[in-house]
Amino acid sequence: MTTAPAKAGWRFRQPSVIPGFGLTLGFSLAYLTLIILIPLSGLIWRSAALGWADFWAIATDRRTINALEISFGTAFIAAAVNLVFGTIVAWVLVRYNFPGRRIVDAMVDLPFALPTAVAGIALTTLYAPNGWVGSLLAPLGIKVAYTPLGIIIALIFIGLPFVVRTVQPIMEEIDKEVEEVAATLGANRFQIISRVLLPGLAPAIVTGFALAFARGVGEYGSVIFIAGNLPYKSEIAPLLIVIRLEEYNYAAATAIAAIMLALSFVMLLVINLVQTWSRKRYG
Amino acid sequence: MADPEIKSYAPHHESQSAAVTESPTARAVLMIVAFAFLGVFLLLPLIIVFNEAFSKGVGAYTEALSDPDTRSAIRLTLLVAAISVPLNVVFGISAAWAIAKFEFKGKAFLTTLIDLPFSVSPVISGLVYVLLFGAQGLLGGWLKAHGIVILFAVPGIVLATIFVTFPFVARELIPLMQEQGNGDEEAALSLGANGWQTFWYVTLPNVKWGLLYGVLLCNARAMGEFGAVSVVSGHIRGLTNTMPLHVEILYNEYNAVGAFAVASLLAGLALVTLVLKTLLEMRYGAEIAATRGH
Repeated sequence: MTTAPAKAGWRFRQPSVIPGFGLTLGFSLAYLTLIILIPLSGLIWRSAALGWADFWAIATDRRTINALEISFGTAFIAAAVNLVFGTIVAWVLVRYNFPGRRIVDAMVDLPFALPTAVAGIALTTLYAPNGWVGSLLAPLGIKVAYTPLGIIIALIFIGLPFVVRTVQPIMEEIDKEVEEVAATLGANRFQIISRVLLPGLAPAIVTGFALAFARGVGEYGSVIFIAGNLPYKSEIAPLLIVIRLEEYNYAAATAIAAIMLALSFVMLLVINLVQTWSRKRYG
Repeated sequence: MADPEIKSYAPHHESQSAAVTESPTARAVLMIVAFAFLGVFLLLPLIIVFNEAFSKGVGAYTEALSDPDTRSAIRLTLLVAAISVPLNVVFGISAAWAIAKFEFKGKAFLTTLIDLPFSVSPVISGLVYVLLFGAQGLLGGWLKAHGIVILFAVPGIVLATIFVTFPFVARELIPLMQEQGNGDEEAALSLGANGWQTFWYVTLPNVKWGLLYGVLLCNARAMGEFGAVSVVSGHIRGLTNTMPLHVEILYNEYNAVGAFAVASLLAGLALVTLVLKTLLEMRYGAEIAATRGH
């Protein structure tokens, strides 16, 4: 801060014989600042420059609110579906031996590797009224493509690996002795799973849910094809940002982005708190 | 922790006693649920890509891929990945060195900042560059006066791609290098190696498989990124259209074979990525560290 002598015991870094600290930290900080921090602060600066009245007008615009509700609502439902099925998939992969387990395990990462636009057109073609799945659901009166249900389907695809990959390593670490002890003490299998195993897995499951939810809220590529993109009905917030940008309405695009960022940071904070809490509790 | 050491001496318990597993019926039900879910949500989309791409025969497929606009989209995607991936590799190594090899104040905060792009919507990742470099942007006027074009051109696409793929290499290397500790480097240094020699001959060989793993994931995302690139590209056919953007254009023109033909290339890339990733995990699992996932 000033030229005052440094407080005893305070050091910026611990001494080390390894060289290159200044170079690598300097380069990393410069790159991080140029690529991430300056552009992001530009967004915050622009939205702050809007003024409260303008910001409030955009934030409370019906179309903005509906888009945010659709983004957060569909992402929440999709993450909840993934919470259940992702946990089951992780369980089957960790506990059961079957031919091709490696391949199934590798397949789970497909949504990480497959470009979102490809997922988008593939899912739309599948769930369109004349598609493989859509034609089966149409007689039941279920319309998926071009409805909010389609958004949920796309977000289930996108979010699945987050839950599986978060829960799987924790499941692998479960000590079988704990289950054996519970069984010896007379617990049945259902009790062991619900009272002994699930509480230990809960932090991981919640973290996986939060990651899938956070990713789903911001997802764009896979959703816009299947959503139908009707304003007020099936228009997600990221798409509304793009629309406002194409209208050269930078103010609205910036404000919606700022709201999404703020909500994402709250979620990131919650994820970190859950992780800290679970580390403390389950070490 | 001594725990993993002890575990490795214990025999792997493949045989499970009845008390610690489900009844055969429950197992069958769980497996059917899991396979049905994965089949519908993962396998079907993959199959339909290739099914649609070849729906009018191999001739139509190769014709779609030899279209000049498609060719230029492929070239642009390769170019963007060739610039952005190496830059993020240099950053990833540099950040991992600083974070894993040293103890300093604010380290946890820095690590959180590196993960930031993962929690930002791709559309916002593109938007921030529009706000910076666009005609109404902070630097827009200055850039125009100096004749520098960033937005709706290759530099903008590269920047947006770097933004979204920023954390991949770093977050793969940081836990790996932390786990390996400084012992090897300290030994090399005490034997007279200088900093670069220590890095080239000691650190890099130690982390090469983890690095490759990170590069693989980084590259897959770089070539497949849609949202961020879509915002900054301007969608100029033959000039600023990457493969994923070209998929969108063809699809919206009801050119299903064309769209899925390009999509099949990207799906092929995804499959190759998954195969290599799985092979790396199988052969060098311990050298890639315990971090898995995105």
